[in-house]
Amino acid sequence: MTADPNLYDYNPYSGRPKIEWPGGKKLAFWIAPNIEFYEFDPPKNPKRPGWPRPAPDVTGYSQRDYGNRVGHWRLMEMMDRHGLRGLVSLNVAMCDHCPEIIEACAARGWEFFSHGVYNTRFSYEMDEAQERAVLADSIATVEAATGQRIRGYLAPALTHTTRTLDLIAEHDFWYTCDLFQDDQPQPVKTKTGKLVSMPYSLEVNDVITYGQLAMDPWRYADVLKRQFDQLLKEGEASGTVMCIPLHAYLVSQPHRLRAFETALAHITGHSGDVWFATAQEIAGHFREHFWDVVQDDLDEKGLNTGGTAFDAWAAS
Amino acid sequence: MSLDPTYLDYPRRGYGQDMDRYDWALAKDRAPVRLASGAQVAAMIVVACEHHVIDPKKSPFAHPHGMVTPFPDLRHFTSRDYGNRVGVFRILEALRARGLTATFALSSALLERAAPLVDAILNDGHEIAAAGLHGDAIHHSGLSEDEERAMIGQVHEAFAAAGLEPTAWLSPARQQSFNTPDLLTEAGFTRVLDWESDSVPLNLRTANGPLAALPLFNELEDFKLLVERKQDEALWTRQILEAKDFLKSEHASRGASVLGFQLTPFVAGQPFRISALEALLDGFAGDEAVWCAGAGDIIGAFEAASP
Repeated sequence: MTADPNLYDYNPYSGRPKIEWPGGKKLAFWIAPNIEFYEFDPPKNPKRPGWPRPAPDVTGYSQRDYGNRVGHWRLMEMMDRHGLRGLVSLNVAMCDHCPEIIEACAARGWEFFSHGVYNTRFSYEMDEAQERAVLADSIATVEAATGQRIRGYLAPALTHTTRTLDLIAEHDFWYTCDLFQDDQPQPVKTKTGKLVSMPYSLEVNDVITYGQLAMDPWRYADVLKRQFDQLLKEGEASGTVMCIPLHAYLVSQPHRLRAFETALAHITGHSGDVWFATAQEIAGHFREHFWDVVQDDLDEKGLNTGGTAFDAWAAS
Repeated sequence: MSLDPTYLDYPRRGYGQDMDRYDWALAKDRAPVRLASGAQVAAMIVVACEHHVIDPKKSPFAHPHGMVTPFPDLRHFTSRDYGNRVGVFRILEALRARGLTATFALSSALLERAAPLVDAILNDGHEIAAAGLHGDAIHHSGLSEDEERAMIGQVHEAFAAAGLEPTAWLSPARQQSFNTPDLLTEAGFTRVLDWESDSVPLNLRTANGPLAALPLFNELEDFKLLVERKQDEALWTRQILEAKDFLKSEHASRGASVLGFQLTPFVAGQPFRISALEALLDGFAGDEAVWCAGAGDIIGAFEAASP
């Protein structure tokens, strides 16, 4: 049989130790605006073309540019109205191309994590030095632009190698957004560090909902409300996390943003039960207070299988 | 250009089926089955807990629920795994709250990896069926008989090692070879969920005795409706409830029938879908004409009632 990638230990959702959020809140909620740059004429990766069509993919390129020129500002102003901060999933080259956006986010106290350099530069086939260079670039670029030391990573276009998780842990990242196995933060089995898998709620990511699942604006709002209601209910027993991953080129289209705002209003209407946080704050809290609790529980239940991610691949 | 002349030979052209697994028989001509309990519809909820490997061979095709992007596809591996560690517990809770019994079809690869899930399923009194080795271990006619026999043998051994002896089988991606039914009965399986030829259990002929096929409607599968066909939750559940009500309406003339539908934990177990699933299950739990049971009990009841 094919080996398990051993990313994390199996941890059944029932009977877990109680995770508690600050102030006794039941659900930690965060918003991840993806602020991305897709190159007009990207180089070819052997495993995946930069665009689905031959470059220049004018419609695709320009819609994403609309997101940065028009859409981002709409979304940011709307979040301002609701008192919400974003944790930006950033193609770090945006700091060079569109610094006004980065400055506006930083001025609001938003935080950043790396989503690679460009969304058209994929991790496939990178050697270790190249992957390290992307991480070093990410850390240095965001630090130079904002003074912030990033602690999170979402691989560009969700493309990975078997080394990615170990490398980000080694670079003292606190969390990965690339693992979708859970609605609570969980320990990842890296060779060094304490890397947390941060729930990024891919199923309610606007790329998936509007695109893959063809949801209309009002259905998406309804799905977000139901997602929130369920996770809030479950957060009573043990704290849950809900993320809304967004792309301004999608959600900030004129036919979509008002319907989306009804979902935000629903969520902010439950402020007594919700910790409005960034993933960095959630990861920090989990690492400090619950990493050992979860590990001890896994040990007690005999679910800790040892080893680290992809060790079977490294051995072969 | 022309085809070989044999292309227009029709060696099996004649009355009835063109294969020997079962005989042609019209539903309208058989005596209606009246279940002893008086139930009109036997609902077979199949919760398919499949393990989707991160480095699939995709031979001879990719499982529709499996990996999509180049290796290592962390995205699909972990979002499928979500079902078996988080979503499935929501489904278990929704069933428990309504006192409903289901059939959980498990990849043997999960038995050790997700042992607490097995315990939870058994504690709640559900039936466990075998769903092959894992999602990428597809049974197909490109395999030799011995290769396929070995795969089924490994599944059987893994379940036995876990103290389980499932009698029902669901093939990965519901794909079979021409030999699969014979090899399943050779390994001791007596029921199969891949064939949906009839609305009552249908015995397939195999080299080692009958293999009862129970209809699991592929057109009511959550992944197919919600993901592939992009329907919304209300439409998904409405179609299943419509099927239930239609089968009830046929009961007087045609007798009891089986309504099988699949729940896939990474689909139906999403937080935003649970309220729809609960409403669906309310529709079953609140209907006295409907009996929700595991595959084995359904077969037993139909066998006991058959004239």
